[in-house]
Amino acid sequence: MRLFKKRAYIPIQQAGEKAEGTVPSVPDGMFQKCPNCQRAVYSKDLGEEKICPNCSYAFRISAQERLRIIMDDGSFEEWDEDVVSVDPLEFPGYDKKIVQAQIKSGLREAVLTGKGTIEGQAVAFGIMDSHFIMGSMGHAVGEKIARLFERSTEERLPVILFTASGGARMQEGIISLMQMAKTSAAIANHSKEGLLYITVLTDPTTGGVTASFAMQGDIILSEPNALVGFAGRRVIEQTIKESLPENFQRAEMVLENGFIDKIVPRNELRGMLSKLIALHV
Amino acid sequence: MEAMEVVSIARQTDRVTTYELIDAIFDDFVEFHGDRHYKDDKALVGGIARLGNMPVTVIGNQKGHDLEENITRNFGSPHPEGYRKSLRLMKQAEKFGRPIVTFVNTSGAYCGVEAENRGQGEAIARNLLEMSQLEVPVLSIIIGEGGSGGALALAAADEVWMMEFAVYSILSPEGFSSILWKDASRAKEAAEMMKVTAYDLRELGVIERIVPERNEHGWIPQEDILCNMRTEIETKLNELMNLPKEELIQSRYDRFRKF
Repeated sequence: MRLFKKRAYIPIQQAGEKAEGTVPSVPDGMFQKCPNCQRAVYSKDLGEEKICPNCSYAFRISAQERLRIIMDDGSFEEWDEDVVSVDPLEFPGYDKKIVQAQIKSGLREAVLTGKGTIEGQAVAFGIMDSHFIMGSMGHAVGEKIARLFERSTEERLPVILFTASGGARMQEGIISLMQMAKTSAAIANHSKEGLLYITVLTDPTTGGVTASFAMQGDIILSEPNALVGFAGRRVIEQTIKESLPENFQRAEMVLENGFIDKIVPRNELRGMLSKLIALHV
Repeated sequence: MEAMEVVSIARQTDRVTTYELIDAIFDDFVEFHGDRHYKDDKALVGGIARLGNMPVTVIGNQKGHDLEENITRNFGSPHPEGYRKSLRLMKQAEKFGRPIVTFVNTSGAYCGVEAENRGQGEAIARNLLEMSQLEVPVLSIIIGEGGSGGALALAAADEVWMMEFAVYSILSPEGFSSILWKDASRAKEAAEMMKVTAYDLRELGVIERIVPERNEHGWIPQEDILCNMRTEIETKLNELMNLPKEELIQSRYDRFRKF
């Protein structure tokens, strides 16, 4: 018996000829890598809500996309769209950075504010967008949020704020820091009137935003897997000289620690917000 | 003087500490401990004392003069329990109608795993929210370093003063240059640009008053500085205590609303 006889291979194709010149063409944006499970996802499978079909991670979305999936169609009225940044330190290149961010995001600043309805119920809204200089808070963001709460107090509206921010806008120096006190005071006045404030923490919510309005909601919701913390992970690793567990500062752990009321998947958010508002009428 | 020189003076371990200020300015100080939730944070101290004939609540970051003391005091960087103790003492002051003086000297709220797990962000956020509504006056004095949200959580006040060689900023100049220029060695340049000194900050309206540490003859002796501070604090608190509480809260609102 010739058990190990080597057979002749049968070529199926002339591989050499085929590979030449023809690179498989996949249109840009057709596939995206999930930042959470690292798998390639067919963009259409993400759906309007941009949720990974493999691991349910909610992709970072723009303020406009957020608006579409949360609010009733055509109900949105924008407030204070003319509020733009100041440059108190005359920081080199900051003005250009703002213009680039405006072009990239289609927003004038890192937060979109206004009012609209969710299943017919009137609410005031703030939606931060991490595509605009990492959603960082400078004068314009602080001003729009302060005005959002002042006007909502006057109009006696509940406020829902979607947070997404790397923290303070460093380029504006101490003026950014002052926004934390400014927004907190406006929120306190809104709260004193017995009005409802819900924060929805989205990936990522950190720094001065966590240490002010993100953590001041009567109800604090979060999307799954969102990074929620005060100090940056790298800063802590450098301070303590050891690496941190994977789930550190993830919403699920922050909930375990007692700082989040409920984690709500993106496709259930609209329904949940509607229910919570209805319970406060 | 260059901004970075001021930064290094502000960080010197021989600078006057909160305990020394309390000792020199107030009488009958009784220190209170603990946040009633978790533990006592030694980086942030406070209690009640007397200024002239007025009972006052005093709170401040405590740094040490040497390494050993600084380790005990965590270099003046509070954990969430520090901010919760501070808020507890402020609410107590409100109940008994006494004004609050805070002495700020921290490079920032502590960045660590435990601090995060116990809600550093939430603790600061709550203080900012509650301080905006306090019915008693708050006067904050930055005596050394005033770093970021960790300093603001003691300085969301009716007036903020700074010692002449103190600094107040969003982040350390080293951190600022490493974030924006990916180069921590450009700290000197960052410090210049960031407007961290008392004179720059008074111009921006971030602080109301500078406590002089130098005059035409050179450094002013510490006891003279403190003696002068005592008079100025007493005058200011008396003035603020005379305001109706609605007016006090509204003017605190306007103070931060302008930025």
